[in-house]
Amino acid sequence: MTGLWRKQDLPVLVIALIGIWLLPFIISTYTLTVLMVYGMLGLSLGLIWGFGGILCFGQAAFFGLGAYTYAIAAINTGESTAPMLLAIIVPAAFAALLGAMIFYGQLTDVYLGVITLVVTLILFRLMNSTAGPQYVIGNARLGGFNGIPGFHTLNIPGQPDRFIWGDGLYHVCAFALLIVFFFVTWLLRTSFGRIAVGIRENETRISLMGYDVRARKTILFSIGAAIAGLAGALFANWGEIVTPGLFSLGQSAEIIIWCIVGGLGTRFGPIIGAAGLAYLKFLLGQQAVIDNAIIMGLILVVFVLFLPKGVVPAVVSLWHSVFGRRAARRKTRQRRARTGWTPHA
Amino acid sequence: MPETVLETIGLTMRFGGVVAADNVNFKLGAGELRCLIGPNGAGKSTFFKCVTGLHPPTGGQIFMRGEETTGWHPHQIAALGVGIKTQVPNLLDGLSVFENIWMAARRFHPAAEAADRARDIIDRLALSSIAKAAPGQLAHGERQRIELGLVAVADPWLVLLDEPAAGMSAEDIDRMSGIIRDMTRTAAVIIVEHDMQFIRSVASTVTVFHQGAVLMEDHVDRVMSDSVVRNVYLGKTA
Repeated sequence: MTGLWRKQDLPVLVIALIGIWLLPFIISTYTLTVLMVYGMLGLSLGLIWGFGGILCFGQAAFFGLGAYTYAIAAINTGESTAPMLLAIIVPAAFAALLGAMIFYGQLTDVYLGVITLVVTLILFRLMNSTAGPQYVIGNARLGGFNGIPGFHTLNIPGQPDRFIWGDGLYHVCAFALLIVFFFVTWLLRTSFGRIAVGIRENETRISLMGYDVRARKTILFSIGAAIAGLAGALFANWGEIVTPGLFSLGQSAEIIIWCIVGGLGTRFGPIIGAAGLAYLKFLLGQQAVIDNAIIMGLILVVFVLFLPKGVVPAVVSLWHSVFGRRAARRKTRQRRARTGWTPHA
Repeated sequence: MPETVLETIGLTMRFGGVVAADNVNFKLGAGELRCLIGPNGAGKSTFFKCVTGLHPPTGGQIFMRGEETTGWHPHQIAALGVGIKTQVPNLLDGLSVFENIWMAARRFHPAAEAADRARDIIDRLALSSIAKAAPGQLAHGERQRIELGLVAVADPWLVLLDEPAAGMSAEDIDRMSGIIRDMTRTAAVIIVEHDMQFIRSVASTVTVFHQGAVLMEDHVDRVMSDSVVRNVYLGKTA
């Protein structure tokens, strides 16, 4: 347990950097930007659900909250640095409060799902009903169903006139995702992360060991919300408008599907699930033969039936069964060579 | 008289109209080994759950080393240095045996030291061959042993074991009583148990529960030759 950096991190970093450089040759950076944002959103739920065992039906609430916080703060400040930070802090604080209520109230998983779902719907209705001019925060009109357009988008910190957009925004999102990914990786290697996984496995045992499960779940929940909030703020910069649609039921459900398809309990799974399905949805949106929702539903059904663990775990086990065997054979050969053993003719 | 590590005064637990534990006064000295016996429904497990914080009692008080712990959460009680093994083995089934034991040690020690302690306990309990396995796939006897490892690695001064010998082979039980005797060197131990042979093998003072109350408290041999106990505990087959 010395240091959080491991050998296997280097290839991941290298491949990620190559990917960030190569992908724009295949897919437009405009599309890639939102795929990165969705990847981060997927990872936020992947962390708390896949590793913490907290199935939150309302991850979209934190995503939307991050986006709205950014938009409102950007209008009021006329720059982007503080709004970005606020977009992380506000959802995290909101989740800490909500989480404390749920976990200290010792509500079970079903109620957690219901509460988070309802909170999302409340935010949706709330933001929808703020159409009038009386609904303002500072200089920002909340805009009801139409949302908030025309806020100050991302700029180089300290230089409000130098905007980051297009390819620049893509790189910011890609590197933000990379940083969040390594943050999650690192978090899972700390004692806090390992104990969080223990809580997923058996809450009673962890509390009988003397750990305060309620506090730990609240903190993890809040970290997940912070990541979702950051994704929301980046999404706001990409879309240049925030609407109550961010809080929709469909959005929340989609995040869960990303995690299931990509693979729960892995770090790559939710990212790949999110980016993959979002890209598929984008491609499907360009044709008019089959309805998008049918395909998405079909994919989910197929995965639940045939690949219930998701893409990434399936690929990993395939890898192990092919290369694991080969490695084992090689070891055997080496041992035989050392000991002078020859197979019988 | 050694220091009292656990004391209950008038401990009462009602589930609706049923009084599962009725005005239990109980005292345990440091380093003592005590078995709780009694027929099914006698209130042993209820008493156990009240003491460990899994059920807050409806009446009475609980003191541990002089501190009142009535109504505390299990994690607060465990954090005092109380090791608890539940009736059904409670393990982190998807993680490795090492990770299970490491986590128990980590509560009281820094990560690296916890790893050393975990390795030490794994050696002592002869778990090395399965240290990387997931407890979910192991045999019942091994799971019981792992759970004892979890308890032992935290160096508790009070150990509460609910049916540690249940469903184990004779060989496993021998090993188990050895481990428990080891524990009594540094801790007071309470064992809720049905298996009389096991109780005799750890030879200790026995508290007999009957209908939620303490019936008698004495050495295992005297308890087992007592006619009242034989009547309630062994029924007509005695």
